[in-house]
Amino acid sequence: MTATVHTPRRAGSRGGLRRGEGVAGWLFTLPIIVILGLFLFVPVLMALWVSFSDWSGRGSPLSSNVSFVGLQNYAAITTDGGLPERNFGLALRNNAWYVLLVVPLQTALSLFLAVLVSRAALRGRGFFRTAFYFPSVTSSVAITVLWLFLFSTTGVVNEVLSWIGLNGPNWFNEPRGILHLALAGLGVDAAPQSLASGSFLGVTWWDWLAGPSVAMTALILMAVFTTSGTFMLLFIAALQNIGGELSEAAMMDGANGWQRFWRITLPQLRPTLFTVITLGLIGCWQVFDQIYTGTQGAPGKTTMTPAYLSYTSAFTDQQWGIGAAISFILFLIIIVFTIFQRWVLRERAVSRRRRRPYEQAIAAAASRRAAS
Amino acid sequence: MTSTTALTDEAVQAGPPVTLPPRRRRLPPARIVGQVLLYALLIVIAIIYIFPFLVQVSTSFKTDAEATSDAVSLIPSTVTFAAYERLFTRSDFPLWFANSAVVTVLVTLGRVFFVSLAGYALARLRFRGRTVIFAMVVAVMAVPTVVLLIPKFLVLNQLGMYDSYAGMIIPLLVDAAGVFIMKNFFESIPPSVEEQARIDGAGAFRIFWSIVLPMARPALVTIVILSFQGSWNELSHFIVSTQSPELTTLTKGVAGLASGQLSQGNQYPLKLAAAAIMTIPVAVLFFIFQKRIMNTSEGAVKG
Repeated sequence: MTATVHTPRRAGSRGGLRRGEGVAGWLFTLPIIVILGLFLFVPVLMALWVSFSDWSGRGSPLSSNVSFVGLQNYAAITTDGGLPERNFGLALRNNAWYVLLVVPLQTALSLFLAVLVSRAALRGRGFFRTAFYFPSVTSSVAITVLWLFLFSTTGVVNEVLSWIGLNGPNWFNEPRGILHLALAGLGVDAAPQSLASGSFLGVTWWDWLAGPSVAMTALILMAVFTTSGTFMLLFIAALQNIGGELSEAAMMDGANGWQRFWRITLPQLRPTLFTVITLGLIGCWQVFDQIYTGTQGAPGKTTMTPAYLSYTSAFTDQQWGIGAAISFILFLIIIVFTIFQRWVLRERAVSRRRRRPYEQAIAAAASRRAAS
Repeated sequence: MTSTTALTDEAVQAGPPVTLPPRRRRLPPARIVGQVLLYALLIVIAIIYIFPFLVQVSTSFKTDAEATSDAVSLIPSTVTFAAYERLFTRSDFPLWFANSAVVTVLVTLGRVFFVSLAGYALARLRFRGRTVIFAMVVAVMAVPTVVLLIPKFLVLNQLGMYDSYAGMIIPLLVDAAGVFIMKNFFESIPPSVEEQARIDGAGAFRIFWSIVLPMARPALVTIVILSFQGSWNELSHFIVSTQSPELTTLTKGVAGLASGQLSQGNQYPLKLAAAAIMTIPVAVLFFIFQKRIMNTSEGAVKG
């Protein structure tokens, strides 16, 4: 508040033209300060309090009959050995496999598509870019509805598989992990003693290593399908930025296309590659819409994610403290990746002028991803 | 083989003659095969990307039985509008659509205004606290939306805004990434533009509204696209901010449909019709601004 009083005087002494800028500056930014403060900052503080309290969902969490319970809620999901801990362990496992598969696949596919459609002499370039990008504009709800149909027992995917003699699985009702299925195919049906006995967060090591369930695999494919277009745009922008001079020079020296890609183009794309990977890591821990719309965590809790678990713990089971605690652990996981990304990108020695359009594209991509 | 010779001739004229003779003569046929493979690959991928949406539209005109028995065919054996009829005459679908439209329009208008106002102040006006505010905006951009589900509900409840249009709209009015984009844009405009107006005695808001804002059209279009798409496709915020059926939006309603609230059996045509209709507005927006969306990096700066 003191700033509003001080600044005009200070500016005024500098010259009449800039008089009133201090007041205007605060007035212009007031709406975003109020809204971001009220709906981002305050909520986070309130939820932090709830995660340390025994609030049951009735009345206000700030009322006097709600008491501080310390780390009890956090203990319930990490060390108590009960159902909340096992659920949280399963949710972490499911999401970890999701991240492990979606991030490399979407990065590789989007880079591949970008390189294909960035060729100098390509007819129908606009058509191909549009086709690859279109899934990214649809809402996660609409695409999930479509996916439930495509991957249903009698759906398109299984019918296409049957053309080549394959018997498709009952996708969204199949809780078995794909690594377990692969091992079963090799004749390993049960857990070895060493993996069956030990456990972490209420889930045995054998179950941690199950891989994503068949149902989750369908969602993984969906994530790759819907995000590859957005990231393709980032790579296209980066490819335009680096231009073709170096690559042409290498061609003169006799490097073939493969060598030029790995030795010349890819190293120059490193910052974008890094951005895409971290945006992927950040986005992939936020799986919620698809689960809410499609599977609700089924089959066998194998599509349960921390985000969805925190929602059901609070809104369905009325265990608000546990729900809030889960979302804070999730927050920590995501924030670590975010800080890491910003730290690395800051190290880059690029002039501000060149960096600006690039940051713009990232902000747009991030915002678009958050939306979908 | 005519193309081969033509290419070689061109290459001889243009390129350095030293490495040519052994190399270039072998390349062209390989290049033709390469081109054919490239286009074949692109077309196959494009089909994989487009086919699901074609199936979606065609299935919405099928009968329930046919949707299950023959999922792949693009032409229904009997075309029926039953799904659409049911959606528009015997369900809350029109209400959901109206709610989504109201929220999207208001959020987009509000965001364009607030975000450009703040972006301008952060880019151009000199005032104490500017750096702090901008740091806050950047920090806020990192807060993931899914961890805000419980927190947002708590605050809306506390403020008495739960289950109201206000609670649905106001929290979405500001988007930190948008502030960031607008600030970057305003920094790219030469300051001389405003100097004259300032000398003529125009106030800060006047300069912003009638001089700077009209110049910002390309960046504003970016904001419109992002806000429209973002709020039309938003789901989680409406889950935690509303409860009554009258405030259900398309995303929330269709998500409920998908998990079987309105239906017995699969009812794929009905669900796919609903999903198809909710895709139309964002698809239209996308095709209108296609050029701009496809050139995120260039368009936003150069205009």
